[in-house]
Amino acid sequence: MKIIVPIKQVPETSKVKMDPETGTMVRTGVESIINPLDLYAIETAIRLKEKHGGTIMVISMGPPQAMKAIREAIAMGCDDGVLLSDRAFGGADTWATAYTLVMGIKKLGEVDLILCGERATDGDTGQVGPAIAAMLDLPLVTYVGKLEMSDPVSIRAERLVEGGREVVSVAGPALMTVVKEIGVPRLPTLRGILRAKETDIPVWGPAELETDATLIGLNGSPTRVVRIHHPQLTRKGEKIVVKDPADVDMAAQKIIDFMKQRNIL
Amino acid sequence: MKSTNNTSEIKWKDVWILAEQKGEKLQQVSFELLGRARSLADARGSRLCAVLIGNNVQHDDLQELIECGADVIYLVNDPHMANFLVEPYAKILRFLVESYHPEILIAAATTTGRTVMPYVSAQMRAGLTADCTGLEIEPESGLLLQTRPAIGGNIMATIKTPSARPQMATVRPKSTRVPERQPDRSGEIKHIDLPDSFFNSRVVFEQYISDAAGESSIEEADIVIAGGAGIKTAEGFALINQLAATLKGAVGASRPCVDHGWQPYAHQVGLSGKTISPKLYVACGISGAIQHIAGIQTAESIVAINSDPNAPIFQLADLMIVGNLFDLLPAVIEKLKENKS
Repeated sequence: MKIIVPIKQVPETSKVKMDPETGTMVRTGVESIINPLDLYAIETAIRLKEKHGGTIMVISMGPPQAMKAIREAIAMGCDDGVLLSDRAFGGADTWATAYTLVMGIKKLGEVDLILCGERATDGDTGQVGPAIAAMLDLPLVTYVGKLEMSDPVSIRAERLVEGGREVVSVAGPALMTVVKEIGVPRLPTLRGILRAKETDIPVWGPAELETDATLIGLNGSPTRVVRIHHPQLTRKGEKIVVKDPADVDMAAQKIIDFMKQRNIL
Repeated sequence: MKSTNNTSEIKWKDVWILAEQKGEKLQQVSFELLGRARSLADARGSRLCAVLIGNNVQHDDLQELIECGADVIYLVNDPHMANFLVEPYAKILRFLVESYHPEILIAAATTTGRTVMPYVSAQMRAGLTADCTGLEIEPESGLLLQTRPAIGGNIMATIKTPSARPQMATVRPKSTRVPERQPDRSGEIKHIDLPDSFFNSRVVFEQYISDAAGESSIEEADIVIAGGAGIKTAEGFALINQLAATLKGAVGASRPCVDHGWQPYAHQVGLSGKTISPKLYVACGISGAIQHIAGIQTAESIVAINSDPNAPIFQLADLMIVGNLFDLLPAVIEKLKENKS
């Protein structure tokens, strides 16, 4: 069984600068980590491998420093990785990102299961996983909170949806996006870290991927960021301090009055 | 997967929304979408059309869609579509789009919308913007301006799709009011009959398991009462549950509570949980880490209760109560009950 896990490296802090000209993110000088929600996809892949055998390949598109994220994934228990990196990929929206990843996945050959995080914590779109499935014409199961696999790659999954869960089944090859409920991601082991250091991770650009130049990077993106602004975070609220038990009633009444005033009651 | 999105030969017109049915019931978010899209259609001088894919669709529901702003309804009413399956949904939606050429297509940022929209936009090479909080027409160009929070809500980005069509976007549930019904409105219902091949799906739906009875999901609730680390124990959530039940709201939780197992993940609010826009959010014992705040920025009103006067959550609150929630919440519940009777 071959599992592919597409991951994204994201800035660790929530303070990120934007390039005012292209409206895209400036990543230099910001500590980067594996998108926290991708860790659940990696964990799921490792658990499936432990139970059913197979190999796990990590793929990422990003700047050269995204190599670090791939090594971290290998340290956790993935087998191999490949980085899709080139200036020409820069400024890609979700369509162009999915296209580039798809070209990489195709180059990796046959696959039984692609596991993605629900979304990345920086872009926050959740579109790349489903787009990869569509471009590869794979069945797609999103928001998976639980899955059981029986050989050969037949999966029963629970989707976490509004107000409940949907149970679905699918035979591989398929793409799934998983959510946090799937399990706690493991930490890298010392042995894993050593192995990650020694693993040769190829870097593929447009030449290796044979991408269509009109479909990658900013030029290949159907959408354009035209304006960025920083919303005013703070609201001007009224502050009530409960100093002694006598204030409790007053504060509770304030809450009731507030709800009435906002037409909630 | 070559680019087939050639906008020059086709006349793209009309604004479309994807209405949503779940468990054979039309979802409220469908009307919110009509409310949101009506002004876009008016600005473009075009029709507003609703696509409804479902089963056992009631005539009253269709009438309500029309009275809430739909000029045309493209209806696929078929037993195969009793539940959401991405492949047939995408195939049908794509077929309709390629037959009628809407210039704008909007869906809800629900688990359904956020699954089918990227699937369709990827196949059609259309631009798609997720989770928009603002949509408007740029007067000069007539293009759809799509504004959405990114990077945990620290920035708002306005995005447009210059040439690919349709211009696609998902919008957060609860971010628009449901329009009032106008009984004198009329509209056209187009019944779309499709061959069985449209309903093929490699993913097989088995069953839907509803959360505990009466429990509403945090994305759809008007009122969310949320607990944080200040709740201290799983038992502490009893008060939160009680207040939520009294207000007919949903229960939310900050990440530490979910990590401790006090609440299931479906209730987690914030960057690694749900982003919500209720009318009222009551944060009880939540300090307000940036990751949590990212999930509630678009809430209409926020009440924060915390014993720490310096809790960052207060910066975001419309009403801040510095005090012990274990004293305060019972008093609020009591008053609400008095209020009812």
